[in-house]
Parts: sequence; C-alpha cells; structure tokens
Amino acid sequence: MKRAGFTTVWLPIALLLPQLMIIAIFFYWPAAWAVQSSFYLQDPFGFGSTFVGVENYTDLMTNTEYGKVARFTLIYTALVTFFSLSIALLLAVKADKVIKGAKSYRTLLMWVYAIAPPVAGFLGLMFFDQRNGPMTEMFQTLGWDFRLGADYNSTATAMVIVAVWKQIPVNFIFFLSGLQSIPKSVREAALIDNRSASGRFWDVTFPLLAPTAFFLLIINITYALFDTFGIIDTLVRSEPGNNPVTLVYKVFVDGFRGNDLGGSSAQSVILMVLVLLLTVFQFRLIERRIHYT
Amino acid sequence: MTFWKIAALNVAVIISASAAFAETEITLWHAMGGKLGETVNKIAEDFNASQDDYKITPVFKGSYEETLTAGIAAFRAGEQPNIMQVFDAGAATVIGAKGATIPVQDLLTDNGVNFDINDYISGVRYFYADSDGKMIGMPFNSSSPIMYYNVDALEKAGVTPPKTWEEFQSVTAPALKEAGYIGMSQSHLPWIFTENFMSRHNLPFATNDNGYDGAEGTQILVNNDAIKAHFTALTEWKDSGFFEWYGTGWDDNQKPFEDGDVAIWLGSSGSFGGLMSKDLGFEFSATYLPYWEAVTTEPKQTFIGGASLFAMSGKSAEENEATAKFFEFLTSADVQYFWHKETGYVPITEAAYELAKEDGHYDRFPAAEVGIQQLSLPGGDNTKGYRMGFYVQIRDVMNREYGRILTGETSVEDAFNNIEKEANDLLARFAKTQG
Repeated sequence: MKRAGFTTVWLPIALLLPQLMIIAIFFYWPAAWAVQSSFYLQDPFGFGSTFVGVENYTDLMTNTEYGKVARFTLIYTALVTFFSLSIALLLAVKADKVIKGAKSYRTLLMWVYAIAPPVAGFLGLMFFDQRNGPMTEMFQTLGWDFRLGADYNSTATAMVIVAVWKQIPVNFIFFLSGLQSIPKSVREAALIDNRSASGRFWDVTFPLLAPTAFFLLIINITYALFDTFGIIDTLVRSEPGNNPVTLVYKVFVDGFRGNDLGGSSAQSVILMVLVLLLTVFQFRLIERRIHYT
Repeated sequence: MTFWKIAALNVAVIISASAAFAETEITLWHAMGGKLGETVNKIAEDFNASQDDYKITPVFKGSYEETLTAGIAAFRAGEQPNIMQVFDAGAATVIGAKGATIPVQDLLTDNGVNFDINDYISGVRYFYADSDGKMIGMPFNSSSPIMYYNVDALEKAGVTPPKTWEEFQSVTAPALKEAGYIGMSQSHLPWIFTENFMSRHNLPFATNDNGYDGAEGTQILVNNDAIKAHFTALTEWKDSGFFEWYGTGWDDNQKPFEDGDVAIWLGSSGSFGGLMSKDLGFEFSATYLPYWEAVTTEPKQTFIGGASLFAMSGKSAEENEATAKFFEFLTSADVQYFWHKETGYVPITEAAYELAKEDGHYDRFPAAEVGIQQLSLPGGDNTKGYRMGFYVQIRDVMNREYGRILTGETSVEDAFNNIEKEANDLLARFAKTQG
C-alpha cells in the first residue's frame, strides 16, 4: 500500500493553523481564563479581587444545593438520552419498512429538527401552560395536578418531554441512514435463519447499527448536558425558583445573572473536567466493544 | 418637486447634519421593553428637541440582569455607556464598585444643576444613596408593591379591602371563598413578602444598618419569628383556599386575578398602566399592603423597587455635563408627571407629585396614587431599603425555598434556616470581592 505523506514539515502546519488558532482563541484562552478566575473572588467591574485558593471549589462541594443540581442533571441527561434514542430508533425502524409515501413520512419526522431550542421551549410553554395548556389538561384528566413553574416534578417532566421531542429528528435521521446502509443480502440471509422479526432486529440489525448508536449516544449526552439550556431558560422563564435546573444553567444563573465570576468559573471548570472524563470513558471503555465494519 | 427644490432640501439636510456634529452625544442603556421602552424613547426625543447642545441615544439591552451584565462587560472593555439603568437587586454590585460610577449628586452639583435630596419623595430618597445619605444613583422607574383588588368580587362577598392580615384571615378571605373566589395571589415573594414585609413592619433586614454601612460583616436578618409566622399563615391559607401560589413567574400569578378567579392580587404600583389598558371585565382598585397587627400597630412605608440610572465614570467632562443636563430634564416635574401617567411608576419628586394632583390625575384614577402614598407613609429605622451584595442570588435562594414551602417540600423552619445560611455565605463571599 502506498503511504501518503507531506514532503515538507511546514505545509501541514500551515494547513492546520487556522483550525488551531480557532481552538486557541475560542477554547484554550477562555478555558485558561476560567481556571484562573476560579481561584479568585472578584468584583464584577474589575476593581477589587481576592485570591481565595480552592475556596470556590470547597464552597460548591459543601453546598447541598449544588449536589442536588448535579443529581438532577444526571437523571435528566439519562432520561433525555434514553428516550430520544429509543423513540427515534423505533420510528426509524418503522419508517424503514414503509414503502408507499416513504419520503413524505420521513420529511415530516425530520421537520422538528429545524426548530431552535428556545423556540421549542416556547412551544412547550404553550403546551404546558398552567391555565390553558392542552398537555396540562391531559395530565389533569389523568389525575395529576400538573403545574409548570410551580411544581418541581411538573417542570422536570415538561423539560424532559420538550428536550426529547426536539432531539428525536436528529437521531431519526442518523438511525434511518444507518439502517439503509445495512446490505440487503445480510437482511435476506437473516430472514432465512430467523423468522422472528424482533429476534432478527436484536441479533443482526442492532449490532450493525452499533457504530451509529454509539456516535448518537455521545451526541445526545452532550445535547442533554449543554444544548438544552435554551429550553430550560424558556420553560422556567429565566426564574429558576424551586424548579429543577441543570449544571450548565446554574453556571449561567450565578455568572451572568448574579455576577459571581469566581463561583461560576469554578463551576465551569468542574464541567470541563466532567466532559473530559466522559470523553475518555466513552472512547476507552465503550468504543472497544463496538465493531466497525 | 423640481430639481432645484430637491437640491435646496439636500443642502438644508447637509447643513443641519453638520450642525449636529457640534452636539455632545451620550448613550443610555436600559431594560425597558415594549410600551415602557417607547416612553423612554419619547423622553429622549423630547430632551434632544428641547436644546441643541446634547443628544442622548437610548439603547434597549434586554432584562435588568442582561443590562447589568452588558454594562459590566462594556465597562471592563472601556466601552461603557454614559448612563446605565441598574435594578434594585443589583444596586450593591454597582455601588460597591467604587470608581465605576460618578455619584449622581456630585455629577449634578459639579455641572451647575441644583440638587436637594429633600426634593425627592421620602420612600425614593435613600434607596440608591450611600451610608452618609449621598445619592449615588438617580431613581428612575420607581415602584412599590401594593394591593390590587377586584371591586365587584369584594362587593359580592360584602367585604372591604383588608387593612391587616388578621382581617384578611378571619373576615375577607372566608367571605371571598364563600362568594366563589380564591382570596389572594402575589407576584414576587422576595420583594413583597420579604423586603417590603420588613419595611412595612419596621423590622431590620440586615446588620450594618441593612447593609448600607458596607459589605464587610453584613449578615441577613431574615430568620425572624414575624416572617416565619407569615409564611406559616400562607401555607395554612393555601390549604384552606384563601391564597394561591402559581410559581415564581410574575405573570402566572397576575393572570388569575385578571381572569377574575382571584379577588386580590399583590403586585407593583407600576402594573397599574398595564391593568388599565386591559379589558378586565370587572372594576379594580388598589390600596396599601396589609400588615400584621400582632407585629406592629404602627405600619410604616414601603421602599422602592424598580431601577435607577447610574452615570458611568471614565467619560469626558463634556459628556458628563450632557448626562447631568439629561438628569435635570428627567427629574423636572413635567417629565416625571408624563412618565408617571404613561407607565404607572411613581413620580420621584414632590414637585411632580404636586403637579399630578393639581392636574386631577388622581381624581380620574384614584388607584394611581396608592404607590406614592404608601411610599410617603411615616418611615422608621428600617424603611429606607437594603444594600446587600450578590443579592440576585439571594433572591434566587429565597424563591427556591419559598417555592418549596408552598409545595410542601420543606418546613418553614428549615427553609428559613437554609435561606439564612446560604445568604450569609453569599454575603461573606461578596465582601471578599470588594477586597
């Protein structure tokens, strides 16, 4: 096999430079700044500041409320990831089988993808409105006194439903293309070996989808952790109150609303470490078990 | 139009445009959206039209929090506006940053504008002042929490608006319930049932003279029997259908009143204009916030909410002069009366209040006067306001714990212990940012 390579050292560096600069300016520089300011308590206007060492971190660790937010974030991420992946997979498998009008079905299922998170949150607000939201009425006929913004579990439920709804189309697109890339011969062979449709799915189709599913798992965890911010902010109307919030939303509330730069920097650093650990974990432990063809 | 006419017009435009270059231009960053923003723009246009030397440009920057954050970021980049609107809870942040602003009192006197703090109505006077009583921020959109009531509902129930919470509990609310109404809702628990609760009952809210003497060592005094009894009563009222809480959102609590389900709503005196413009289907009026007779027999004034205007430092003398002239214009009786009439915010000077009275504004709309009357009630040691750092977060903590009390997640005792502890931690952290 012919080995491709550059003849000079400078060409690859020059080609990489724009990307490296973007990363340096928009990631490393702010990240370094966040690490530095997490060791200080500073006046927002920049007049006074006190070096406090790791106090911002110890304050967070001893704050029971921060623990509660972290626990909620974990549950929220798990629920959003699980439901948006499983529902999308179900829809993709079903859509894959449709023959008549397949294109229109698929387009309709992908449509929601174009909606921005705050808009999704706003639609959620209308659906879950305390006084005349259709979802609120539905829950109430089921005997649940559903009250968005007033009751912790109600708000949490609305947050999960809106976030899942918004994410399904992305997953759907990937799963569908994953399904369609499975060779017909493999499926036909499976059809002879196994008569049960669900057996065929779990033994043949699902393992072949695993690379797609693994990629989507990462995307969805990141989505639930970070990109649901707009949905949450809209659903709680920028007033967290006794409503559940995620770690990222708390960084915003403390830093941008409350002007506590040191405290919110420490929270950002914790999130950075979390993402780092998550990435290492995913690639080291999970990817090994996945078979790429 | 002939060619020559157009040419002449062009020349005229060019001449007037170059004349505009001689003007000193200043900017105002504010958080007044919608109808309020239009009124701010109108005031700015009137100021620009009233003279040729200065030109102000108002810029809407989003919510109060967003405006403050934008202003801070701009200040750190050396791009601050001349005037920035800062809300009540952000006052400690901006006043604590000595050197970020020019005290409005100094700005005015240095630029030959007469200033006497006694021209301002008493509830407005000292909220944005330092511990010596020097005014730092110019009170702008000032409001106070007042009690709105559905006149038809109260008539139907055969009761008058309650003066005390005891009366509400034993007379008003049961009668309203009988008549098919939920007694009461309110829109801002930290503001109405905490900050102004303390002022109304003349209870200290924080050490160091409610925090005015400095951030160092300031501790919150929120964990007292009077307020705990009040929140215990709220939970009982909620259980008996006398009171309802619809979450932390302001509108969620106002809406049931507008729909006629709730008979009494505690909101802002600044909500008056909005309520007037809606077709409510019932007659409404307003009066003072009730008080607990068991706590005090001499209820005091409340203090202002809303926001004030700060003159940012680091600007040229000419621009500061323009800022001073704008403040002079803004505080003139005519402009204040216009602002009051359009928005429902209280006029900040005695002169503007007199003008509104003379003009018969309160004969036409008696409820429009309640806010200013309540702000002008007798004061006490603890009625000028509070000055606490990281107060936005402290309010978030209060909202969280109050929500938990009202959804039965926690007890009143535990909630107030939590608020006290977390607020004091935040205050101690804030003191260190000032080092």
